[in-house]
Amino acid sequence: MKNMVEIRWHGRGGQGAKTACLLLADAAFASGKYVQGFPEYGPERMGAPITAYNRISDERCTIHSNIYEPDYVVVVDETLLQSVDVTHGLSPKGAIVINTHKSPDEVRPLLRGYEGRVYTIDARAISERTLGKYFPNTPMLAAIVKVSGVLDPWRFVSDMEASFKHKFATKPQVIEGNMECLTQSLKEVRG
Amino acid sequence: MSIRERLSGNEAIAYAMRQINPDVFAAFPITPSTEIPQYFAQYVANGQVDTEYVTVESEHSSMSTCIGAEAAGVRAVTATSSCGLAFMYELLYVAASARLPVTLACVNRALTGPININNDHSDSMGARDAGWIQLYAENNQEAYDNYLQAMRIAETPDVRLPIMVCQDGFITSHAVENILLEEDDAVKAFVGEYHPEHALIGRETPLAVGPYDVSPYYMEHKVQQAEAMKNAKRAILDVAADFEKTFGRKYGFFEEYRMEDAEVAIVLIGSTAGTAKACIDQLRAAGRKVGLIKLRVFRPFPGEELAEALSHVKAAAIMDKSESFSACGGPLYAETCAACYALDSRPVLIDVVYGLGGRDVATEDIARVYDHLFLMAENGGQGPKYIHMGQRSSEQEVL
Amino acid sequence: MAKCAKDINEQSPWQDLTPGGEIYEGGTARLTMTGEWRANIPVWHEEKCKQCLLCAPFCPDSSIPVTDGKRADFDFDHCKGCGICWKVCPFGAIDFVKEEK
Repeated sequence: MKNMVEIRWHGRGGQGAKTACLLLADAAFASGKYVQGFPEYGPERMGAPITAYNRISDERCTIHSNIYEPDYVVVVDETLLQSVDVTHGLSPKGAIVINTHKSPDEVRPLLRGYEGRVYTIDARAISERTLGKYFPNTPMLAAIVKVSGVLDPWRFVSDMEASFKHKFATKPQVIEGNMECLTQSLKEVRG
Repeated sequence: MSIRERLSGNEAIAYAMRQINPDVFAAFPITPSTEIPQYFAQYVANGQVDTEYVTVESEHSSMSTCIGAEAAGVRAVTATSSCGLAFMYELLYVAASARLPVTLACVNRALTGPININNDHSDSMGARDAGWIQLYAENNQEAYDNYLQAMRIAETPDVRLPIMVCQDGFITSHAVENILLEEDDAVKAFVGEYHPEHALIGRETPLAVGPYDVSPYYMEHKVQQAEAMKNAKRAILDVAADFEKTFGRKYGFFEEYRMEDAEVAIVLIGSTAGTAKACIDQLRAAGRKVGLIKLRVFRPFPGEELAEALSHVKAAAIMDKSESFSACGGPLYAETCAACYALDSRPVLIDVVYGLGGRDVATEDIARVYDHLFLMAENGGQGPKYIHMGQRSSEQEVL
Repeated sequence: MAKCAKDINEQSPWQDLTPGGEIYEGGTARLTMTGEWRANIPVWHEEKCKQCLLCAPFCPDSSIPVTDGKRADFDFDHCKGCGICWKVCPFGAIDFVKEEK
């Protein structure tokens, strides 16, 4: 299908990779796209590797399989690089985004010969700085929006603000931190 | 005006339930339940519905509660999955034979064992002879639309049968996709209110429900059920026609996708239809005449219509997402073969059992099925008729 | 249109039965002559009966008719001959004997 972007998320149970995947679907939906956001389900185990997927397109995608040849991969937990073949099937024309304090050149050797673009973002530092706690999903969401170009980043920021205002209607104090987290993340993706 | 939204299949069903505001929702609210009772519980807590929400200790009891509520004369709904449906088994027959139009949202998942929580159709296929109408959905939109049509079909006076609205576990139930929702008022007007002719409460005249049937009566009542299921065919089309007139989306017994000049075809149920459509578009672009029939209604089984739709193809793969361990094919294959027997000239029919316990199916897998069908069409149907697809094997498998 | 139980019997075609065997009236057990099932029969001796009415509520088949505080003879169309009335009568006013048919 023309103009379809496929994204695969790797995370660990409990880290919010599924939530980030669904938030991306929300954001893409808000900008008028057709979206799919779905996790690969198994027994629910905190810390076990999990995978989630997004398809984002201009017309409805009817395919209901997992994604084997993604355009982009997001790795929410860098320790997965040891145990999971995160670049499997990843298009060399695409890119991978990894949550780590390291630089892209430092992590590339762990990517089993992947030749496409490599981006990193220190989601922990940004999250702890802006939210006071470690929630990697918001920075990773911003990072994949920036890297994939699937959405206009500033439109995305304003959509997310509306979404946060809705989601956190009863605790408006957290909205500012989340917005700060998003905008700093957009700036701090390294590639 | 339709409302543009994005929801998971579970959210879509819960949303439809809220719009309909059923009188009773009985559910066993933990595993192996679905998220549907969870979402619905929020509507109850927020006062958005005035449904009597009954959390029971088992699915056996949730179906019993629905039966009691329907007999009392109100609309009763439930939702379940997998072993939960299996645990209702005894009561499924009671609801059907007592002619109580309970609505059950079934999120299709494998039956244990081995223990597995992922999608296939073994739960509802196991209940296929319980006397329930069964509708299946390709995606969240169809799950929502089927749910809006379900009660009117089930409550039709010469039908009066319970109805299962099925969708694929996780693949559509937990996947967020775009959906068009309808306005609350429009939904309420379409579904209408439920006023059964007879009821246990609120009436001048008494009623007894579910009596013991000695042999001189049992057979006659089963014939009545069989006739009601025949009537359901008309009701399904009538309601679909009104649905199309009201909301603009068209439904029938099945959807034919690029069947008009197809040489080979696939018949299947559920979410894999979307994957097959994408595969068909690719193959058609390469000039290959392939088509798909996606069955929406499994009970009643639209045998004559399906046979007619298959009559012009050379070969067809009937794809079963459940085993029946008959040693000669799954339930959809058996029904389709029986339906096609009446044709003067029958296509070559093979069974492909796939997708058990969440085994994924990609467009490439569907393409291999079409390749195999062209081969079968050429060689006049030589080769095995009952095939499994997607399993690891130490031997060369057919697919 | 509701169908009456008296119009339904073992000769009725399926079209004439109610859906699911629903019954739209009370007291339809009267239509079944369960007295046919009896092997032994209770015999009421009116002269010994003190009209204490202990027998009537014990009868599982409501076959001891009571009018204006007094019982009458058994309803033999429905008495199944269980003998409970004979057991509970404190005055020996009920016998229980083999029924000659």
